[in-house]
Amino acid sequence: MRYLSIYFTNLLCDYLAIKKPELKDKVYVFTMSQGNRIMVTASSKEAEKQGIFANSVLADAKALVPDILAFDDKIDFNKKLLIRIGKWAIRYSPIVAIDLPDGIILDSSGCSHLLGGEEKYLESILNKLKESGYNCRGAISDTIGTSWAVARLGRKSPIIGQGQQYNALLNLPPMALRLEQHIIQRLHKLGFDKIGKFIQLPASMLRRRFGQEFLLRLSQALGTEEETIIPIIVKPPYEERLFCLEPIRTKPAIEIAIEKLLQALCERLAKEGLGIRSAELKGYRLDGRVTETKIGTNQPTHLVPHLAKLFELKIDQIEPDLGIELFILTATKTEPVHVAQEKLWSGKPGLADQSLAQLLDRLAGKVGPQAIRRYIPQAHYWPERSLRPAVSLEEKTEIKWQKSNPRPMEMLHKPASIQVTAPIPDYPPMNFRYRDELHLVRKADGPERIEREWWMEPGEHRDYYILEDDKGRRYWVFRSGHYDEEHSAWFLHGFFA
Amino acid sequence: MTGEKQEILARLRQQISAAQGFKPSPIATSDGFGLGEIEACFPNDVFPTGTIHEFLAEHPEDAAASEGFIAGLLAKLMRNGNSCLWISHNRKLFPPSLETYGVDPQQIIFLDLYYTKEILSVMEEALKCEGLACVLAELPDIDFAQSRRLQLATEKSHVTGILLRKEPKRSLSATACSARWQIKPQPTEILEGIPGVGNPRWEVNLLKVKNGEGGKFYIEWAEDKFAPFESQETNPQPQTTTLPERGLIA
Repeated sequence: MRYLSIYFTNLLCDYLAIKKPELKDKVYVFTMSQGNRIMVTASSKEAEKQGIFANSVLADAKALVPDILAFDDKIDFNKKLLIRIGKWAIRYSPIVAIDLPDGIILDSSGCSHLLGGEEKYLESILNKLKESGYNCRGAISDTIGTSWAVARLGRKSPIIGQGQQYNALLNLPPMALRLEQHIIQRLHKLGFDKIGKFIQLPASMLRRRFGQEFLLRLSQALGTEEETIIPIIVKPPYEERLFCLEPIRTKPAIEIAIEKLLQALCERLAKEGLGIRSAELKGYRLDGRVTETKIGTNQPTHLVPHLAKLFELKIDQIEPDLGIELFILTATKTEPVHVAQEKLWSGKPGLADQSLAQLLDRLAGKVGPQAIRRYIPQAHYWPERSLRPAVSLEEKTEIKWQKSNPRPMEMLHKPASIQVTAPIPDYPPMNFRYRDELHLVRKADGPERIEREWWMEPGEHRDYYILEDDKGRRYWVFRSGHYDEEHSAWFLHGFFA
Repeated sequence: MTGEKQEILARLRQQISAAQGFKPSPIATSDGFGLGEIEACFPNDVFPTGTIHEFLAEHPEDAAASEGFIAGLLAKLMRNGNSCLWISHNRKLFPPSLETYGVDPQQIIFLDLYYTKEILSVMEEALKCEGLACVLAELPDIDFAQSRRLQLATEKSHVTGILLRKEPKRSLSATACSARWQIKPQPTEILEGIPGVGNPRWEVNLLKVKNGEGGKFYIEWAEDKFAPFESQETNPQPQTTTLPERGLIA
């Protein structure tokens, strides 16, 4: 295992200087009140030169530099910042963890050869960070402990060869072992100002004087004790990466990248009998931004041409800007795939048809999945609620469409108010006026009373009539509530064929 | 000799219509659509599937009547279990009503789009999918080039396309559709003295037929199939406002 530890010397202050370039070369600090004192939590490089470090009191700092600028620190602000940097660093390794308060750790095993060896790998990361304005140091070694120590306190090469952690630690001070403050103080008091001075001592003696914690840290740094990191993003099981030699900007190049990734991913999925239901393509751009493209399918599939087609519809939304240097394709949702239909049975009709499912996937990519609907019946008499959109293509229900009473071919989204002449209660109207046209009713059917579902909403019931006018046109009208000469409200709700 | 010539002519006619996109469909050869004499208007006396049909509906009442008539056709088109795509902008169709005409509303996939361009491009793509029985699109207007693209798409896949033109705004120009229909509601009939409304009845105007002749027919939907009926000429329809026509059949 190889671990890369990155240490940010002035994390918060560098971040602020990136946001506000005018702060460059100024003396400024972050502060937070503790009890009734205001403490410095982070200081800029210039402030450090003046002797102002974290954990000093702001009043003392002001005594040193009267015109010091102080900014409010927030709890966990550095954590948020580190997570953001860590997410950016995922392009260098899939496993990235934050290392509070001021560093990140990358599991660089098997990653460095992509950039031509560990030296160039480390150089590339640090240069990128420095270009964006962070002062940072880094080191690579076999253990997290040694990387941490060398990144912060190392004087020589930042790359510690395999099994070399013992030699690397010898000349470093005890604080390189990530110990608590009182242990470090005790070590110094006893004259142990270098790790080399006590590393040879018997373990039983060290444990008696400095505790179990001290021994654990020492063996973690040496690699005799296992240490794990918690990645900020857990690598999904079905993911493929494509590192581009040159930043990619053109559409054909993106197409090739998608095809390559899909081939690798689908081969794995096919072996395991799985298919993609949704997938995500991330493009890591040169300027540090990440483009995201998502696709979804109606049926699990691992057919490369079909999935490539779905992505192709979305390529126009990818903005490569200066160029994309890394593509990551993730199958965010997988399902067992139905065994592929042989040609002999490929004419499977209806909604199970493969070509239909593929068509709908393409259309969903084009016009959005919310535009595609299929309806299934719902056990309600209230017309607007008698059907609901189906969740999937396969969804079926035991409920039948209610057939006892005819329903209109077209139904208005909102019933239209009409003026009606009705002879006596519960008789169909004699005529009605809709959109300034008087319709003389020749034939009528009804009423069909539909009660409002009072447990869902308040309101009047509806008495529906089917009316046919003198020109043979058929309408669905209703009276809201009981007949009442003054307050009866009539509405036109639909047209019959 | 003349008999021989007629045979040759008939064969040539069939070849011409085949070249123009008419192919005898398996549905039509079995027992037809039950449209009676309307089918005689079409080449070879069969209702053509695998082409584009155009329906005009000036008023919402006409649109409902057209949808009822189309639902009757869909029942036949979809009977081997295939599904149908219904593309529209501001759809008013109430799916449960399709059940009356023998169409399972669950088999229909609705696409609600906003732009006419989008409707056309989606329809063209859908017409290329052989797993569908029919693709229907509601849109007000279409020009010749657009309809030609759709027609070409159906010729390859044999999917039937239906254009329902609700409240067409432009005057009617030529399209590449194989038939132009206009369906209007007709007064129903019911036994004297009994209240209620009878079976849906329509006046079917075949305004244009490619390689055939149009006509005016009266048809009703009774007992789950189309049935012709005699129009009551005693009560002639005063409003037979046909839209102004322009151009020839393409």
